[in-house]
Amino acid sequence: MTAGMKPRRNLRVAVLAAGVAAGMVGLSYASVPLYRLFCQVTGFGGTTQRADAAPQQATGQTVRIQFDANTSGSLDWSFHPVQDSMTVKIGEQILAFYKATNRSDQPLIGSAVFNVTPVQAGAYFNKIQCFCFTEQRLEPGQSIDMPVSFFVDPGILQDADAAGIKEITLSYTFYPVDKAKAVSEAPQAAADSITN
Amino acid sequence: MAHATTAHDDHGHPTGWKRYVYSTNHKDIGTMYLWFAILSGVIGGILSVVMRMELQEPGIQYFTGLASMVYGTPADAAIDAGKHMYNVFVTGHGLLMIFFMVMPAMIGGFGNWFVPLMIGAPDMAFPRMNNISFWLLPPALGLLLISMFVEGPAGAYGVGGGWTIYPPLSTTGQPGPAMDFAILALHIAGASSILGAINFITTIFNMRAPGMTLHKMPLFVWSVLVTVFLLLLSLPVLAGGITMLLTDRNFGTSFFVPSAGGDPVLFQHLFWFFGHPEVYILILPGFGIISQIVATFSKKPVFGYLGMAYAMVAIGVVGFIVWAHHMYTVGLDADTQAYFVAATMIIAVPTGVKIFSWIATMWGGSIDFRAPMIWAMGFIFLFTVGGVTGVVLANAGVDRSLHDTYYVVAHFHYVLSLGAVFAIFAGWYYWFPKMFGYTYSEGIAKLHFWVTFIGVNMVFFPQHFLGLAGMPRRYIDYPEVFAGWNQISSYGSYLSALGVLIFLYGVFHAFARKQQAADNPWGAGATTLEWTLSSPPPFHQFSTLPVIR
Repeated sequence: MTAGMKPRRNLRVAVLAAGVAAGMVGLSYASVPLYRLFCQVTGFGGTTQRADAAPQQATGQTVRIQFDANTSGSLDWSFHPVQDSMTVKIGEQILAFYKATNRSDQPLIGSAVFNVTPVQAGAYFNKIQCFCFTEQRLEPGQSIDMPVSFFVDPGILQDADAAGIKEITLSYTFYPVDKAKAVSEAPQAAADSITN
Repeated sequence: MAHATTAHDDHGHPTGWKRYVYSTNHKDIGTMYLWFAILSGVIGGILSVVMRMELQEPGIQYFTGLASMVYGTPADAAIDAGKHMYNVFVTGHGLLMIFFMVMPAMIGGFGNWFVPLMIGAPDMAFPRMNNISFWLLPPALGLLLISMFVEGPAGAYGVGGGWTIYPPLSTTGQPGPAMDFAILALHIAGASSILGAINFITTIFNMRAPGMTLHKMPLFVWSVLVTVFLLLLSLPVLAGGITMLLTDRNFGTSFFVPSAGGDPVLFQHLFWFFGHPEVYILILPGFGIISQIVATFSKKPVFGYLGMAYAMVAIGVVGFIVWAHHMYTVGLDADTQAYFVAATMIIAVPTGVKIFSWIATMWGGSIDFRAPMIWAMGFIFLFTVGGVTGVVLANAGVDRSLHDTYYVVAHFHYVLSLGAVFAIFAGWYYWFPKMFGYTYSEGIAKLHFWVTFIGVNMVFFPQHFLGLAGMPRRYIDYPEVFAGWNQISSYGSYLSALGVLIFLYGVFHAFARKQQAADNPWGAGATTLEWTLSSPPPFHQFSTLPVIR
């Protein structure tokens, strides 16, 4: 149209800008694994750690562990800790149990999500073995004791934000594992309870 | 659309509907954007007046009847349907005003019209892309309006999740197709804005007239440049977030489903990473418009030009790292909250630079109190009020108590409904003679200002009191104790609606009167390039590029 226009230069800027936009879409998806990684590394939001073995010796300090159990309304299980609380030495390897019973008349698969509070303790709460690492299948009426083996990292005593913690609550929530179902296909009854 | 045909320099262009549907002309496209914004603004405004009618008295007055009338809901279910319908109105009002009124008016309308004129360019860099950018918007608006009439939650219609569409309410809470329509409307509106952003960036970087260096660009062009960069960086994140919503809803993914390892809070992070820059996208072009107007009518160059330009850049940059101040209540730890409090408050510094520079521009100037200047001064006052309540809300501790109350509603309406909208009206009266070639009636414009100014303050100032007293937002009903201020707020809403009618009458009056405007009606203070052209400008301008000294 005019002498001053340089189509190639315009195209370069446009392609660059479009690339930035596409990159930002990518970044928004990348935020999913990045956020998970961030939580695992920092214990953010009470994300617990995984370890292979407990440290060689425990400290003299103790901390009280409370056990909490929740079940999603759509999973017909009863699920509760075998012990309500324990007082443990920091650094000591502990074995605790949760009990789950399938109350329905069909086999059900559940998987548990978990965290600890106060959230500052997340970075120091190490699980060696846990029923929450895998899916659990229960036959109709079946009842099992599920172990969790953990220790509290002595490093917690050196952390200014976490050293004062006297009590840590370990919480699990069991959800049903049904093969991923889209919301639009979900039964209307489930949606009814949420409106208004 | 009365464009006085300017014969000279006009080498033939399509006429009738083809002129607009096939348009590649930045001025025609800008005009279409402006009419589109007025249409959406009227629809969004009607929704808000109906909400205020409902809230005028405690109890539920209108929405039960409205639900059975519009959706044919049987009487026993109509109360719940009415409550949901109120939420649909809240959602529709927000989305319409943000995506279909303010953005099209400021960026699409004034941006398209005046960025090329102000930098001495013949048109935008990609005129056909410009056409697509505009014509994506009407279908997007159509999808949004359709969403109000299809099933949302079981047995009710429309999206009632607010413009923030948080899951799980936007996923399991509203399984019907209404939400999908709204998401697709946002996708298309977002695509339109991203294409527009690419177009503006290319235009501003590559098509400035000889001598028009970046540091000589008018502040309005600067403001659009910063705005489109924000669009380019933030809108794709929204697109990503709502695509995740869409796949969670329809294809069995679990980005926001905790039972499958997802996290609903992730959506809030993604949404506000877009949402906070978005509020600057809405207001920054307004800053640019106000800078032009204040300088013009004070007959002085703007005070601290470079400071003004880089204050906008700073607001844009810092705007990307404060998003979690919308999410203080999700359980962020104290250190994170402290960071977001500090970062948020820092934005008050460049914003203060702008406010004080406007005042310094006026200081000692020979001020001409024409309608655009009065609207601009109204903007400065109202935006400052909204900014001050923003600093209050930036405190995580205070926000804990004010989160989701009417205090927040008052805050963001002072900066947007009053700030951005006053800037749009200021720009409208400032450039009306240039765009359409006719003078507007100064009397009607000033009446429009005073009715609107009193009206909107009556609507939103009492909402500060309601919020401080603990009235939560997004409810159809409230306890008796909040009745008084709600009543006043509703009266203000009717007065503001009267203001819109005066505005529309003023537009009609100007086009009916057909009084030819001068090329530069504002005198020596108007120094930017658009005032060197005829009013309205020729269909194609700057065939020989102007040279900036």
